[in-house]
Amino acid sequence: MNTARHTIDVCAVLRSAVNQTYGNLLTRPTGMAVRHQIERELAAIREGGITSLDFSHIGMMDYSCADEVVAKLLVLLENDDPTRGGYVVFLGIGEDHLELVESVLKHHGLALVCMCEGSPQLIGAVSEAERRAWEMVRLRGRAAPAELADEFGFGEDFVAEVLDALSRRRLVRRTSGSYVALNSADTVQ
Amino acid sequence: MTVVISVPSSLDDQTFEQVLEQLAPLPLDAKILIDARYTTWASPYGLTALLTLAQTREVKPLFQGPEKDETASYWSRANFFRYAEELFEMHGKVPGPRTGDSVALLEITPVSRSDDVHTVVERIQTKAAAIITNNLHLESRAVMGFAMTLSEACQNIVEHAGRGGWVAVQNYNYRKRMGRQVVQIAVCDAGVGIRQSLESGGRRPLSDRWDDGIAIEAALLGGTSRFLDHGRGQGFKGIKGYVTKWGGKIAVRSGTSRVAIVPEWDDDVVRRDRLAPMPGTQLLIMIPEKVDR
Repeated sequence: MNTARHTIDVCAVLRSAVNQTYGNLLTRPTGMAVRHQIERELAAIREGGITSLDFSHIGMMDYSCADEVVAKLLVLLENDDPTRGGYVVFLGIGEDHLELVESVLKHHGLALVCMCEGSPQLIGAVSEAERRAWEMVRLRGRAAPAELADEFGFGEDFVAEVLDALSRRRLVRRTSGSYVALNSADTVQ
Repeated sequence: MTVVISVPSSLDDQTFEQVLEQLAPLPLDAKILIDARYTTWASPYGLTALLTLAQTREVKPLFQGPEKDETASYWSRANFFRYAEELFEMHGKVPGPRTGDSVALLEITPVSRSDDVHTVVERIQTKAAAIITNNLHLESRAVMGFAMTLSEACQNIVEHAGRGGWVAVQNYNYRKRMGRQVVQIAVCDAGVGIRQSLESGGRRPLSDRWDDGIAIEAALLGGTSRFLDHGRGQGFKGIKGYVTKWGGKIAVRSGTSRVAIVPEWDDDVVRRDRLAPMPGTQLLIMIPEKVDR
């Protein structure tokens, strides 16, 4: 299965979903309309794929809209069948938006992978073990629990457990026996 | 008989209580005249609260505006008379339609639908960015939080009030307290109020004590919303976080109580109960100029 990258321009979705010309993600009804359209687009392309949600052209954002667009979308993905794939990486979340998005994620106990200055970052609610494991996979691009156990300082089973949790949260991709960072353009086996 | 209700010479969130105290003994269908002849200054809160007050009356109140031309002209340019003429029976001299530049960051603007929230933020966006960085000397990242605060405050009307309300934003020199520039956001509605909103969603806490003050605290400090959705209630939390971060003040009045988060530059009371009743919710936010110490 090829993991072709798709990009959804959130600002374009916003303009199309609510038929207005502004680039501000404000109010819950707007957020709901945007999320529904993103969900439809994801459903069409998600089989095994990584989709980039590009916020670069978004101006203002409020909590209500971020809750609808970001948090509820992640909840939906987390609850979906993991074998279907459907991974999302966030782009263009600037410093101005970051604090707000992080607060919304923490409120729900969620996390996401965001490309910041060309490098993927994990933001939101993650345990220290999850953050360490995610970082190790990111640096390697792909890793199996056995490869990380020594550096991690815990047994392979524990590392596998942490990586599985990350995979269920769609913060890494699980392939046969190993885990792949979302920034990787590798093919899912 | 028409009862005359005197408006204080300086009308803000504190002195507006004097207006409500005069109204408290009167039935809702009493004929009243709101006498603002001797009022020389009004904050955005004072002006939006006056319009809100008119919405609460069963009989259209009479209104007599400021005698002083300068004050009347200011109120006109703040859009007060545009809406007052719909809500009051006007007496005396009424300034003509607004002429000249706006005096406000955001003139009095009605809010009843989500689209209104977008309009409010779009209209203020450019001016607010300039005021926040040039007048308040805050970092540019404060602009995003300001838009968020305004949006969430207005959404409270759309989502919870059950009827339309008003928003106004002004930048002025707050000489009385600190001699510094402030931006004030006032969002007032005459809707169901916070207590009834929480009750309607079955969100009243399991406690013997339950009144307007506790309801305001639950919403403002506890992030409680009438909706069961876990994502709700983040708006007030976000507003509180923004205001606290930039050393600002927030005060929420609903029913007979008022709860405030009071910064060190102000000596307001944190919680006041048994105030004269006022339907709906009235929100005051003040962001002060940053001064290097």
